[in-house]
Amino acid sequence: MSKVPQHRATWRRVFGAPIVIGVLSLAGLLSALLAGDPGRYFSWFGVGLPIAIAAWAYCRK
Amino acid sequence: MIFHHEIDEALGYAPKMDVHVPGAPKLSLDAIGRAAITDHPGSVLLYMAWDKDEPGMVSTFTNTSVTSDPQTTVVKAFDAYTAKPVGLLGTGPMLVMLRLHTDMYLGLPGKWFMGIMGFLFMIAIISGVVLYWPFTRRLNFAAIRKQKSRRVLWLDWHNLLGVVTIVWALVVGGTGVINAYAEVMLGIWQRNELAAMAAPYAGKPTPAQLASLDKVLGNAMKVAPGMDPAFIAFPGTPFTSTHHFAVFLRGDTPLTSRLVKPVLLDGETGEVSDTSELPTYLKAVLVSQPLHFGDYGGMPLKIIWALLTVFTIIVLGSGLYLWAVKRSKVRRGARLSAGAQAAIGSSS
Repeated sequence: MSKVPQHRATWRRVFGAPIVIGVLSLAGLLSALLAGDPGRYFSWFGVGLPIAIAAWAYCRK
Repeated sequence: MIFHHEIDEALGYAPKMDVHVPGAPKLSLDAIGRAAITDHPGSVLLYMAWDKDEPGMVSTFTNTSVTSDPQTTVVKAFDAYTAKPVGLLGTGPMLVMLRLHTDMYLGLPGKWFMGIMGFLFMIAIISGVVLYWPFTRRLNFAAIRKQKSRRVLWLDWHNLLGVVTIVWALVVGGTGVINAYAEVMLGIWQRNELAAMAAPYAGKPTPAQLASLDKVLGNAMKVAPGMDPAFIAFPGTPFTSTHHFAVFLRGDTPLTSRLVKPVLLDGETGEVSDTSELPTYLKAVLVSQPLHFGDYGGMPLKIIWALLTVFTIIVLGSGLYLWAVKRSKVRRGARLSAGAQAAIGSSS
């Protein structure tokens, strides 16, 4: 295994989840503004995701 | 600020509206205007505004003149069916909170200061993202090392809560900065776009006899069918020229209800003079307001907003704690090495 892919794998492990959360947050922030009632429901998921993750991290052993 | 409306209601600072039979006729706007002046003799009308969620209510803004200090403007709600005053608006403890939050009662300098603080907040977030890599590259996402020291535990929580709220905090911070400079941008609009719209009427005095408000509103609404009035600015106020009424129309979605469309009407005849779209920078201000306060997606979004605010406070607090612990460590380290050097020096 060469050194570069390993570095890339580390990068993905560290920043992968935060980027997915960030994209979903942004989508949620905009959907309530742009997409009517369905957008509003999605915003509760997207913007609320960080709270769910923190709750999961807190309750996990 | 997130629960502004609910707190006002709970404390009794929201106007209580009578219930009217469906289809009951509303009074003319001129009648509401007369009622507002009768209520505040010697005053003039500055604005009339409509609340999206209270269709039976008209808010009137009065002051001794159109150019008086905006902080002394009286905002009173009237029943659109009976022209009865139903309560003052913009009073109570939440207004104090809003002033503390926007300019700390310091006017424009306070707003500049708050804008700079918002900017520093965003820089702090970005610096946190930069530090995230060296601190977490050996850990899994959301790793909380409970068995280690208190400092490590707080470091892990700081990193987790910080990284999951980055986008939200940047949006709230960025829109806050935009809001802080709203007044400046309104001034730019007045001097450029608005002045250009009013240029053909330059030099005309303030109308001696104002046109009928119902005629003004009716003509304005013909320009953009399907839109509802947000507010009317009377001649001489900052939102229009000295000779014109400006009627600001809005749509009915969370987005289009913010993107108001100004229609300028002759103050004496009530005929439409000009209409335009707001410039992009003012649209940015209007769209940034909901994104700052989180009041555009129902009660669940407000609760989420409040919890994320708590997260941000925890991130700030733990960041200060980690910084203080690190600083005291460095100091102790420096003292130890100085002491060791002194010991070596004395023994030789």
